[in-house]
Amino acid sequence: MPISLTVNGTRHSVDLPEDVPLLWVLRDELGLTGTKYGCGVAACGACTVQIDGEAVRSCQVVLGDVWGAVDTIEGLGTPGALSVLQQAWAQHQVAQCGYCQSGQIMQAAALLAETPDPSDEEIDAAMQGNLCRCGTYPRIRAAIHSAAQMMKEA
Amino acid sequence: MARIGKIARRSFLIGSAALVGGVAFGAYYVARPAPNPLTPPEGGATLNPFVMIDANGVTLIAPRAEMGQGVHTTWAALIAEELDVDRDQLRVLHGPPAQAYYNSAVLGEALPGKGYDRSDFAHALAEQVGKIGKVMDMQLTGGSTSMPDGYERMRATGASARETLKQAAANRLGVDRAQLKTERGAVIAPDGTRIAYPDLAVDAGKLDPVDAPLRPPSQWRLLGKTQPRVDMAAKITGTAQFGIDTRVKGMKFAALRMNPHLGGRMIRFDDSAARGMPGVDRLVNLGNGIAVVASNTWLAMQAAEAVEIEWAPGPNPADTGAVFDRIAAAFDGDANSTLRDDGDVGALPLGAREVTADYRIPYLAHATMEPMNATALYTGIKLEIWSGNQAPLLTRKACAAAVGLDPEAVELHTTYMGGGFGRRAEVDFSVYAANVAKELPDTPVQLTWSREEDMRHDYYRPGAMARFRGAVKDGKAVLLDGQIAAQSATQQAMGRWLGMPAAGPDKGTVDGAFNQPYSIPNYRIRGYLADLDIPVGFWRSVGASMNGFLFDCFIDEMAHAAEADPLAFRLALAQDEHAPSAKVLEAVREMSGWSGETPEGIGRGVGFCYSFGVPTATVIEVTDRDGQIEISRAWIAADVGTALDPGNLEAQFTGAMVYGLSAACFGEITFAEGAVEQANFPDYDALRIHNTPVTEVKILENQMHITGAGEPGTPPAMAALANALFDLTGTRARQLPLMHEFDLVT
Repeated sequence: MPISLTVNGTRHSVDLPEDVPLLWVLRDELGLTGTKYGCGVAACGACTVQIDGEAVRSCQVVLGDVWGAVDTIEGLGTPGALSVLQQAWAQHQVAQCGYCQSGQIMQAAALLAETPDPSDEEIDAAMQGNLCRCGTYPRIRAAIHSAAQMMKEA
Repeated sequence: MARIGKIARRSFLIGSAALVGGVAFGAYYVARPAPNPLTPPEGGATLNPFVMIDANGVTLIAPRAEMGQGVHTTWAALIAEELDVDRDQLRVLHGPPAQAYYNSAVLGEALPGKGYDRSDFAHALAEQVGKIGKVMDMQLTGGSTSMPDGYERMRATGASARETLKQAAANRLGVDRAQLKTERGAVIAPDGTRIAYPDLAVDAGKLDPVDAPLRPPSQWRLLGKTQPRVDMAAKITGTAQFGIDTRVKGMKFAALRMNPHLGGRMIRFDDSAARGMPGVDRLVNLGNGIAVVASNTWLAMQAAEAVEIEWAPGPNPADTGAVFDRIAAAFDGDANSTLRDDGDVGALPLGAREVTADYRIPYLAHATMEPMNATALYTGIKLEIWSGNQAPLLTRKACAAAVGLDPEAVELHTTYMGGGFGRRAEVDFSVYAANVAKELPDTPVQLTWSREEDMRHDYYRPGAMARFRGAVKDGKAVLLDGQIAAQSATQQAMGRWLGMPAAGPDKGTVDGAFNQPYSIPNYRIRGYLADLDIPVGFWRSVGASMNGFLFDCFIDEMAHAAEADPLAFRLALAQDEHAPSAKVLEAVREMSGWSGETPEGIGRGVGFCYSFGVPTATVIEVTDRDGQIEISRAWIAADVGTALDPGNLEAQFTGAMVYGLSAACFGEITFAEGAVEQANFPDYDALRIHNTPVTEVKILENQMHITGAGEPGTPPAMAALANALFDLTGTRARQLPLMHEFDLVT
């Protein structure tokens, strides 16, 4: 039986077993490839999306358990219309290979929604589940601080 | 063509002298321009293999793997600098596999010399040698070679395209080319009229290319300044297309399981349980494993797990202990190389104090963020493949052979890479996808490896052992005799890539040890090759990733034995031998305020390594936090000759350090029952945001020749950390990873 879910404000109906993780519904069924597969065991954060504003690992949430509206990187901003957070990411030229950045940004967005001006310790606590093999961490930290500043001034 | 290619390969393997002979023999083939692989666009022209102009604007080809190092941005800037186009006016594409895109620097890097003492003649020789990369189809991204390769060629390419466009305008206006200028993608006539490049493209495409001298750096607008990355907007909006993001109409999704006993075959399998699982389409026998094709990657992975498989054992020793016994046994045989043998290491200089130490470091996985994958479509007469790879010509050739087509019948799209670090120079993941696609004609199939398959089927950084004997006197090093034993990644890869066994002295095993710019009067380094068939390959900084740690930590031991300041000790050794190396040590001393003293609870260590032509010095500071050790701060100084993009260089040296520190702290691949024990990030962790040090980078430009930057930051980081831990705790780490001996913040 098809299961329905809302992603980036759009309602979808998918015909997949309910134990398929949200990650693979997004990527292989809905074509939303901005959310990445990295480990499948909630150890890297590349698949981070938000459900009702909460950052979750989409590899660990099965389709049948999606409890609210899903937001992915595609819903945050576009190359022509970057969100404030993405502008900060561009300003600091954060991405190298870029593969983990969707997850990093979705995690950071959830952090800033809850903690508008996070300290370094708060950034550490919120972001340490998100792995980056290129080592862009110092710029991620700087971009989060800048975004907080930009949001305050907006 | 095939013949000269074969001669070139053989010569390459015999050694540099024969290689030069190969160049002379094949001078015609080497000098002959490679055909332009680009098809001229409708209403436009391809002025050369790197510049394409049509009504939509200017497209530049950056045929190097963009795996995070920013090569597309800097490569495009080299062309754009001379072409006079701005970033907002151009598009950058990777382009097709082609001989025209050969890497002219990679073979020069393979020459066995020390590097830092190269004369201008030797540099010129390396450039000549590099040209043979064309007949060897070496379109390769690796070895920190893109900038040495592209620095002059791409500026010349841009300058030639510019002058050709000017000539087209001159012909149209009936004026002399010298009266024309160029600016922001247009030719400016003497009366100020602007003719945009797209308007001139067709005419320019009919002209013979015009040569032009290069502008001096003082006139640069783009180079030397931080450029916004061309891939940034796509990468922060989830719209960049990595290999794994390839979506083709009607495609299916596949997962695989391969023999965990590396090199072993599959005896039999039973797929009865998998067949009826949801979404499953079919199973493909890969010989050493199986692939399941389904409607969804996750469903394919589940079904692959449900297949019952009996595996044959592999050819390698069953456990880590036995593997290292085999590596140690290499010391009993003849040395494979003695690439440095200064003075006489046989006798202990009078009054000198002897120091000895043995080291051992593990195998390492690349663990790119994006697991291996590729997408393929086979139609019986054609194969189309989408693959994030560092070696397009090799990939195309291997995929063609796998499905029984000519390479010309294979269309390869090289996508963005979610990390490469050397792993994506291999062709296995592309070939597996081609094999699966062949079983499903006319259906595109994406084959994605699970993280577990990726980690258990890598071409690993070899594990290594080292034996050092040194001597110090009057605060200085007077003798250093080092032996390093490991599998040769280069020789194994040459066999794999070029289909022929390799031989001769292996630079990779001793890189970072034999070629250090130190004036030690008695200095010998010998390499020994371990007889093992564990798949090994190129891991960010290759041999220097081993010796940056092994050699430099032993230098640190000698400094302490000499009762000298570790930084001053290295500086004294470098001062007379290579001034740019001394200067990076001085720079890092100044940046870190190095005094040789640290307060209670804080330790500092310095690490130095000359690799890929770059002297790099790193100081790491560690802090005792209630018994746990935090890596708190880092300072890096490196000399790249010419800094084309300071912001990107800072990112590369920081990232390379994090990659090295991650391996030093947590990285190890171990073996049990013939299989790799680690499977995923919980077993193979890396630094994260909270345990990455606050880092400062300084780029120097004292060297005469430009270098790359993707790798040299990795080797000294590992040593600097171990040396800092010694300073803090008094415990000398002679094995990695450090987490086994030290309570690090995780």
